[in-house]
Amino acid sequence: MCETSFIEESVDVLVIGGGTAGSMAAIKAKQKKPDLNVFLLEKANVKRSGAISMGMDGLNNAVIPGYATPEQYVREITVANDGIVNQKTLLAYAANSYSMIEELDSWGVKFEKDENGDYAVKKVHHVGTYVLPMPEGHDIKKILYRKLRQCRVKISNRLVATRILIDSDGNAAGVIAFNCRTAQVVVIRSKATVLCTGAAGRLGLPASGYLYGTYEMPTNAGDGYSMALHAGAELTGIECFQINPLIKDYNGPACAYVTGPMGGYTANSRGERFIESDYWSGQMMQEFYDELAGGRGPVFLKVNHLADETIEKIEEILHSNERPSRGRFHEGRGTDYRRNMIEMHISEIGLCSGHSASGVWVNEMAETTVKGLYAAGDLACVPHNYMLGAFVYGKISGESAADYAAVTSEKEIDYRQVREEAGRIQAPLHRSGGLPAEQVEYKLRRLVNDYLQPPKVAQKMKIALQRFSQIRIDLESIAADTPHELMRANEVRFILDCAEMAAIASLYREESRWGLYHNRQDFPQENTEEWNVHVQIKKGDDGQITAFKRPLEPYIFHPEDHEKRIYHHLRIAQEEDKVS
Amino acid sequence: MSSSNKGFPVTVNLDKCIADKGCTVCVDSCPLDVLAIDPDSGKAKMTYNECWYCLPCEKDCPTQAITVSIPYLLR
Repeated sequence: MCETSFIEESVDVLVIGGGTAGSMAAIKAKQKKPDLNVFLLEKANVKRSGAISMGMDGLNNAVIPGYATPEQYVREITVANDGIVNQKTLLAYAANSYSMIEELDSWGVKFEKDENGDYAVKKVHHVGTYVLPMPEGHDIKKILYRKLRQCRVKISNRLVATRILIDSDGNAAGVIAFNCRTAQVVVIRSKATVLCTGAAGRLGLPASGYLYGTYEMPTNAGDGYSMALHAGAELTGIECFQINPLIKDYNGPACAYVTGPMGGYTANSRGERFIESDYWSGQMMQEFYDELAGGRGPVFLKVNHLADETIEKIEEILHSNERPSRGRFHEGRGTDYRRNMIEMHISEIGLCSGHSASGVWVNEMAETTVKGLYAAGDLACVPHNYMLGAFVYGKISGESAADYAAVTSEKEIDYRQVREEAGRIQAPLHRSGGLPAEQVEYKLRRLVNDYLQPPKVAQKMKIALQRFSQIRIDLESIAADTPHELMRANEVRFILDCAEMAAIASLYREESRWGLYHNRQDFPQENTEEWNVHVQIKKGDDGQITAFKRPLEPYIFHPEDHEKRIYHHLRIAQEEDKVS
Repeated sequence: MSSSNKGFPVTVNLDKCIADKGCTVCVDSCPLDVLAIDPDSGKAKMTYNECWYCLPCEKDCPTQAITVSIPYLLR
């Protein structure tokens, strides 16, 4: 095989991924140190990439004075995530949340305000009040793009990053990527690197069987989880899967956060409420799962008892933001919010700290355990981070990276690593015959459903690991005819790494926690004595994935005893339950 | 590639599409990179059946030439 040629570039701060966190990281790095050369690498096109390509309908976790305090928020997320949090990271988010909202507001992002011009915050969580609607939130990506241009951030679109380059001291020194239109390999050397590649959204297979009918933006295939692993960084909470309650088959949010404050709620087939709080948590998902399995399903979002003008407002928000094709999906099935309840189901599994807690380990400066490597957004573990968390940690990571790059000299890269990876990237183009990436991906994700989807059991996960090792051999047979197919072929590697990490972390934590997210049938109880720890994942010196315990950082705010179990009592007692 | 797009969710109205005059808005905006300019017609065309029905192509098209439908498997 001929040696792959590559283009080489050198920058000060490299941001990988131009979605919510990455756009903000690049803007803030440039604002902090205007003399630095800040480079934003994007797999799609920054104008319309990432989870918020069509905007967002609200902030799920706004900490706004008068409604909530950072302390209250940190306490609530600590108990919502069953105690497994690094409170310092939550506090850094909470303390910077309000100033970020004000800054976004000053850039032209529209948030709902009351008649006095104050933010119109709503209550959805079990305890605190944190939801700030954005009925006109569809332009948020355009606003970010304008800001990136104003700040003179250099942007390169359609580049698929595959590996972080590591120097001889073990520090991050840049990235290797390829263009998904030309297959050209590009090497970018950097002093500081920020990973903002979003969730692992193509892990489980949606019930529809459509590979791209995922809850998460399917461009986010877990690229950054895989890159962090191979860079030697620690990942954490991988066993705390993301599973969400969604519109059945459409697989987008219904969305209880929008409809809840207007009077909508999650109901069983009798039209009755069965959960006290629609805030997404593992415990809530367990109740949802039990309702589906327990003879009172299917589960629905109920809004058909609301006034016409309220429903009109709901439709206006849901059909113009985030997943605006919801409207045509309902139309196709003859579902009318005025007359019908909306059938819901649970999503496929994914990894995403935006909603649950699986991600690259970061501290409150957004530093990973690899020097010079930072992470923010859905792939960085700050539990229940959501969009505003991606903005706040985008800012923190961009500023941390800029400070570090300003005092760091250019790093040496390892050309042996570059040649190896360049060869691996392009290998599928040089194969004739072989397997199509699509089939390998389908099989891999079907195995994820068969063996990793909760409830979890050890023997199934062991079979999964064995089957995954066979898929790893199959990777060497994937063939691609076009640069686009080459992108899909390389993504299968990311998905496989995520699947292996998911199995290993889930096997390692021998208890149940986070409701459905880590429901171990063979260890049905929570075991706080042994397992009040983080489970970390890392690539060992032998190249194999290893799991180990990391003690919790001491809490800053200790949840009171009465607070600790509130997320374990979400089920509303039914009349017949009360009698018996 | 030119005829195997049965059941693809993105359809392009060839009379309205101005890709042959140099427009690449939808091709640029697709997060999954599934649209391309068809070399035969010079117009935009869905090339890979990997649609997230997210709608930037339809919303950003300057001549409203694009319609996205929900993929058949989900409908």
